[in-house]
Amino acid sequence: MRIALVAFTILVMGVLIVIPLVNVFYQALAGGGGVYWRNLVADADTRHSIYLTLIVAPLAVAANVVFGVAAAWAIARFRFPGRTLLTAFIDLPFAVSPVVVGLFLVLIFGLQGFLGPWLRAHDIKVIFAIPGLVLATAFVTFPVVARELIPVMEAIGADEEVAAVSLGARGWQMFSRVTLPNIKWGLLYGIILCNARAMGEFGAVAVVSGRISGQTDTMPLRVEKLFQEYNMPGAFAVASVLASLAVVTLLVKTGLEWKTRSDLAAAARETARGKT
Amino acid sequence: MTKTLVTAIIAALTMIGGARPARAESLSLLNVSYDPTRELWRDINSKFIPAYQKSTGTTLDIKQSHGGSGTQARAVIDGLEADVVTLAMWPDTDAIRKAGLIDAGWDKAFPHNSSPYTSTIVFVVRKGNPKNIKDWSDIVKPGVEIVTPNPKTSGNGKFSFLAAWGSVTERGGSEAEALAFVTKLYAQIPVLDLGARGSTTTFVQRKIGDVHLTWENEAHLEVDEAGGAVEIVYPPISVLAEPPVAIVDANVKRKGTAAAAKAYLDFLYTKDGQEIIAKHYFRPIDAAVFAAHTATFPDIKRFPVTAIARSWDDAYDKYFGDGKIFDSFYKPKK
Repeated sequence: MRIALVAFTILVMGVLIVIPLVNVFYQALAGGGGVYWRNLVADADTRHSIYLTLIVAPLAVAANVVFGVAAAWAIARFRFPGRTLLTAFIDLPFAVSPVVVGLFLVLIFGLQGFLGPWLRAHDIKVIFAIPGLVLATAFVTFPVVARELIPVMEAIGADEEVAAVSLGARGWQMFSRVTLPNIKWGLLYGIILCNARAMGEFGAVAVVSGRISGQTDTMPLRVEKLFQEYNMPGAFAVASVLASLAVVTLLVKTGLEWKTRSDLAAAARETARGKT
Repeated sequence: MTKTLVTAIIAALTMIGGARPARAESLSLLNVSYDPTRELWRDINSKFIPAYQKSTGTTLDIKQSHGGSGTQARAVIDGLEADVVTLAMWPDTDAIRKAGLIDAGWDKAFPHNSSPYTSTIVFVVRKGNPKNIKDWSDIVKPGVEIVTPNPKTSGNGKFSFLAAWGSVTERGGSEAEALAFVTKLYAQIPVLDLGARGSTTTFVQRKIGDVHLTWENEAHLEVDEAGGAVEIVYPPISVLAEPPVAIVDANVKRKGTAAAAKAYLDFLYTKDGQEIIAKHYFRPIDAAVFAAHTATFPDIKRFPVTAIARSWDDAYDKYFGDGKIFDSFYKPKK
């Protein structure tokens, strides 16, 4: 029975994940390394899509780090009315289709939308420009950092922070000297996951991008465009960069998971010792 | 540490903000177009940019955006700052006028109802035409699978529908017969894609279907890409498509690009522009250029949309309006 289950899982993993992943690299490299490299760097629009993704994803991640730490702290450390509701709301972007997220933004910032005419009058571009891409990406990846931090902060508990405050630490001192070192691995894990999700985001970004080649096309949009233009080697080359990112994320994530787990176990051991 | 991070973020933001053209002698134009024209515009831009620089000294940077015609019109209405729109059909461009971004009378601003080229819907079949498809009646024979995009979302899809409808009514059939014909036709479509390029992928790469109803230029591209695995069949009658071009007046006024946008669209009507158009298998309207390419463009009877409806607005409502003809018989497969 066990063997059958394991074999089944491996089969499904192989067919659904490993074979397509290997195929992406195989197709990308089918013309040889030189062709692969040219597909990535010779086309100005492809180059720009890589550059754009490298701007949009870190900005979205930065926004979510600030938000994630604040939200996790509020939820893990304080009891206040609406706390459960807030926890549920953090997960909302995971439940909503990314396309709908894009449409939210169009309804708010679009020329026919709520803020659109005012923005146009003041010559501020949000959708169909980088701010819109960052907003869409940040919205979709909103829960990632907070979701990672809440269990870590709850497991570690407030004892050390209380001790720091009682010894005269100010808020910022306590955060940077006590809280941050405690949550750093969980935070890093959240950042990596958030970044991977941000770089690969398609649905919400597709709605607010306007699909201008060499201006608002991120890597996932570029893959689609190249594919539709019958440029298979080009499409697979860009796809392989995204896939490599996924593989790197997976490796780092596994390493960090191991690290956080042993940290949590150590913290738990220490709490247990403190109680006896 | 924090300071460096803040500095880096500010630097990144400034860089983004600084992407606007600073000097008067360089301008940026955005051309928002539909799906199958990517290769055409790339070619036009590469010829027009040096010509414009030579005659005016202004360096142009022309950006392109492509997608389903209706989706693209929606994006411009929602604030995508197009200087020119070159969409698949009249109602999409006119929707932007209705939103107040294009001035009235846009369809008379350039020659030939602002359509620098025409096109039509043709058949693409597997090599050797194994199902012996020659006319519209052949595609609804039992066992023939048809591929074409959804008329609700795609310009190609709409024109395929109108061509099929008119192939009956323009040859003496009644509207009831036309309805029976399209009912049969859409029952034989295994996949109804969202846009022209999606259908092409379905037909050529996924090898689904026996006949693909598509734009004439897309058909040629498909034959080139498939390396002889498919071939074009011209039906004796099809629809006349006249994709219009227009300047988005509200945007060019804001950006100060009116003159460049006009020159860009005017270029399409020059001999050079018309030659590029013909090279990409769109039918040029210039008689001399067309005459030089008659071998590429077989002479088939093409009826305008106004032959099967009072106007474009009427056609939209009559055939594709909610609960109207298309909805009356088409039930999505579960």
